[in-house]
Amino acid sequence: MSILIDQHTRLLVQGMGREGRFHAEQAIDYGTRYVGGVHPGRSGGAALGRPLFNTVAQAVAETGANTTMIFVPGPAAADAILEAVEAGVGLVVCITDGIPLRDMLLVRRYMCGTPTRLLGPNCPGLISPGKAKVGIMPAHIHRPGRVGVLSRSGTLTYEAVSQLTAQGIGQSTCVGIGGDPVGGMTFVQCLAMFQDDPDTDALVLIGEIGGSAEEEAAAYIAQHMTKPVVGFIAGQTAPPGRRMGHAGAIIAGGQGTAASKMAALERSGIRVVQSPARIGEAMAAILKHPL
Amino acid sequence: MKIHEYQGKAILRTYELPVPQGEVARLPLEARQIAETLGGQRWVVKAQIHAGGRGKSGGIRLARSPAEVEQHAAALLGQPLVTPQTGPGGQLVQCVLIEEGCEIAQELYCSIVIDRQLGQPVCLLSAAGGMDIETVAATAPATLMREPIDVLLGLAPFQARRLVERLQLQPAIQPALASLLPKLYTVFRDKDCTLLEINPLIVTSAGGPLCLDVKMECDDNALFRQPEVEVLRDLSAEEPLEVEATHSKLNYIKLAGNIGCIVNGAGLAMATMDIIQQAGASPANFLDVGGRANAGAIEQAFRIIMADPHVQAVLINVFGGILRCDIFAQGVLQAVTNVQVRVPVVVRMEGTNVEEGRQILAASGLQFRIANDMAEAAQHVVQAIRE
Repeated sequence: MSILIDQHTRLLVQGMGREGRFHAEQAIDYGTRYVGGVHPGRSGGAALGRPLFNTVAQAVAETGANTTMIFVPGPAAADAILEAVEAGVGLVVCITDGIPLRDMLLVRRYMCGTPTRLLGPNCPGLISPGKAKVGIMPAHIHRPGRVGVLSRSGTLTYEAVSQLTAQGIGQSTCVGIGGDPVGGMTFVQCLAMFQDDPDTDALVLIGEIGGSAEEEAAAYIAQHMTKPVVGFIAGQTAPPGRRMGHAGAIIAGGQGTAASKMAALERSGIRVVQSPARIGEAMAAILKHPL
Repeated sequence: MKIHEYQGKAILRTYELPVPQGEVARLPLEARQIAETLGGQRWVVKAQIHAGGRGKSGGIRLARSPAEVEQHAAALLGQPLVTPQTGPGGQLVQCVLIEEGCEIAQELYCSIVIDRQLGQPVCLLSAAGGMDIETVAATAPATLMREPIDVLLGLAPFQARRLVERLQLQPAIQPALASLLPKLYTVFRDKDCTLLEINPLIVTSAGGPLCLDVKMECDDNALFRQPEVEVLRDLSAEEPLEVEATHSKLNYIKLAGNIGCIVNGAGLAMATMDIIQQAGASPANFLDVGGRANAGAIEQAFRIIMADPHVQAVLINVFGGILRCDIFAQGVLQAVTNVQVRVPVVVRMEGTNVEEGRQILAASGLQFRIANDMAEAAQHVVQAIRE
């Protein structure tokens, strides 16, 4: 098994511009079942051997899509998410960055009570190695295996994955929840899925400064998780009051520092590494000598 | 994006929210004339900078005559003002706000912020006005009243009444205060704010509420639909290299260290800063070239880093995903050829097309130090500045 995506994933891509098309193609090459694209004004056409649709509802009705990956530009991306939620798509993965906060607040509110799960925005997506890829990560660094990876970052997640692979440690699913202050799935929701996944033995958790998602994750891990976790927090040297690239990566009013997050994780029994170069090593040590 | 107090007050005024009479001056004489036009016996001269803590740092001064207004303005204008929030260099005061003085009966704190855990805006109200809200939250959290806002409804009148009621103020002033709060949320929503803080929100001795100060921050991602807010951006209050970086869509933040960093991705860029520090040096900047960086953007990244005189070496850390290593390497070559790079450059590349990328750098004949992983890259760059 794995979480969220696998061989049963039927993928739709919203926003079939240059990037959407490129990553749809990459997903197909990885063996993901891509069923169609949504691009207003191109209904009736085809791309990558699959039909294009004007609306998500049409696409879902004709293809049975259960997952969508969004590349629609920031100003219109929230609308694309809402359209997918309304059409009943089970998993919406929004890669787009630069979505206005007000739009995401409305999306969150609208999604209350719906069965749809949203990953992102401003995220690399997710991959279940050997099964399916719904994201923009380089596929070749991954290996099928039994360690989950959960992160707020993109390239830093690739870094962690490549360290695991270099240690001979494969991955069950690698999930990037995104760097925005208000998004869809949280660390805690993903942790619960990894805990319940019989094919995940251990987890890498990569956090960063800003907000309290890591503190909430630490509390959840202490209470509910039996699987070992290796943690890293980016931004130990970040100055307060500055947004470090990600809209959500900001130390505000003394809150959300790397030090406080690392302390919270350590208190929950997580093996926290100071150096981003030691993530793979730490996991290898834990798997060799379980706690 | 931050805007100045006087700009925020002008916005509040258009929503018929009560703010003191006042105008902004760029010259001392102008300040005196504004005071004379306003009339009255007391005036306040307020330095306009993008940082709080002005009151404690001499940035807000009371005057008892137009002549004194002019003196205070002359003392503030053209000088850097250092507050606990500006950093040691302070911020240059380019204009001052001259306002009528007013009689304060009560000082409150009010703000609308995003609660990231709830995924909702919340309205905060406290009787501890004028104080630093972090201090209030830390020392007397029970005095800080909160109402989460349903973005489909706005701040409902009953919620505003409930907030005000909990402060146990005199009944006579409650209705006016309660009617002000939903309007503040309207401003927050209409202007795509990420923060709207009125501190202090006062009750005057005449019994009316008045927004004595305002701190407004607007969402950079929403500026495309906020042209009236975007024109308020004061580039002179920002770091020049950071302004230049935004023109090339580079995410750059200047820091105080000596190792320039060029990285793709915000998380990896922060982690690179961290590992430089752990290796015994200090990052000169945060720089995320993003996933779509072309040769021009990489060249611009080098230009900006080389413009910082403290940079003694450059560390490039790229994990190719969308950004292919061969394309990136070509960009680096073009940049190094066109920009005067007078310091050692350490390159660590991994990911998509890494072999092609490394070959391009190796075949260039230029003196790059290639590192195989992040730890090695940090060691190389620290060694480079010690040589």
